[in-house]
Amino acid sequence: MKISYYPGCTLKNNAKNFEDSTLCSLKRLEVEAEELDRWNCCGTVFSLATDDLIHHVAPIRNLIRVKETNTNKVMTLCAMCFNTLKRANERVKSDPESLDKINKFMYREEVEYEGDVKILHLLELLRDEIKFENIAKKVVKPLKNLRIANYYGCLLVRPKEIGLDDIENPTVLENLITTLGADAIDFPYKTECCASYQTVDKPENVADRTYHILTSAQSQGAELVSVSCPLCAFNLDHRQKETVKKYPEFKNIPVLYFTQIMALALGCPEKDLRFDLHYINPKPVLREKGLL
Amino acid sequence: MRINISKRKIKDPFVAKVEEISGQNLLACYQCGKCSAGCPAVSEMDILPNQIIRYAQLGFKDELLQSKSIWICASCFTCNARCPKGINIAEVIEAIREILLRKREDHLKIKKLSDAEKGDVPPIAIISSLRKFTS
Ligand code: SF4
Ligand code: SF4
Repeated sequence: MKISYYPGCTLKNNAKNFEDSTLCSLKRLEVEAEELDRWNCCGTVFSLATDDLIHHVAPIRNLIRVKETNTNKVMTLCAMCFNTLKRANERVKSDPESLDKINKFMYREEVEYEGDVKILHLLELLRDEIKFENIAKKVVKPLKNLRIANYYGCLLVRPKEIGLDDIENPTVLENLITTLGADAIDFPYKTECCASYQTVDKPENVADRTYHILTSAQSQGAELVSVSCPLCAFNLDHRQKETVKKYPEFKNIPVLYFTQIMALALGCPEKDLRFDLHYINPKPVLREKGLL
Repeated sequence: MRINISKRKIKDPFVAKVEEISGQNLLACYQCGKCSAGCPAVSEMDILPNQIIRYAQLGFKDELLQSKSIWICASCFTCNARCPKGINIAEVIEAIREILLRKREDHLKIKKLSDAEKGDVPPIAIISSLRKFTS
């Protein structure tokens, strides 16, 4: 299977661990991810104003890049890219007048966009196309006795029109994790916002959220937390530094991308897991479980 | 707190502007409070999400434009998902921010952030805060 792949900016920087572990996992699952040879930043947030068409140009331009590769399907990993690309696409699909304006604005593009690209998150590819039962067959290192809390954040599930699972109680990450042999821990904060981009100028607000989200996971017995968004990953992992300052009783817990956890189970080498990019080192708990 | 409601305020073009930019019908709100009940940011807010909608209906322009809340909301869409009247509260808050930002009044002073503050955070955090908090 081949799939067109839109990485987005952060996957090439802070979230290289997300990208490398995904690419290795997909190889093990016999899927070839073909990165678009030209792409631009999607803008990271979908513009909510009715009259702000200019901010839909960047995501739509990326969808033209997809069309240029002679396909009409693209996969993303970052929750923010997924949300922005998919919402911009829905917006122009339901409003031909906006689409026409955006196309006219991009008059130098050779392809005119028609609203016909399907945006898939990796989780959808794994669940609906590769299928979990086939992933199970490829597990070489079952994640026995590893208790994982799965955190979704906002943008994979909201709003409902574009969400990839139940809006209040998504379970796709839990289902994947159990396929890999781990124990999925349920906790009430799995779709609670981590304060997102407030991390730039209000890290203390993020510290509060991180504290509540992670202590809730810990109280249910989680040994690590799995995430699917590079901004959630930064806030929940790196902002533990600020969290400990504000809440001295707080105990650190490692935060991994679900793809790193999957890569581990599928036997990917440690170099593709990029643990060097983490603030809290996940190696001790993984060693303790005999996984490294 | 004494609150003055007046026809003049209700008819202020600000109300129509908020409705236009957000695409929302403010009068659909019946003040059930569900948006505020689920909002993860209320502890940092001065005006709660349901109050933002009520203030917007009544044309409390100054209170809204000066509120902390509009910069605290992170567009997490929990309120939108739960409003029984289908109001997109996050869009209303975006509209209020836009009214200020379109006057070139940046909220985030990126130049005031140190290199360490900027360098540590991922690109998506910088870009999204610029998109939300600057003009
Ligand atoms: S949830 Fe909807 S109807 Fe209820 S107070 Fe909030 S905006 Fe109004
Ligand atoms: S979108 Fe804003 S107001 Fe609504 S729940 Fe999230 S933080 Fe609160």
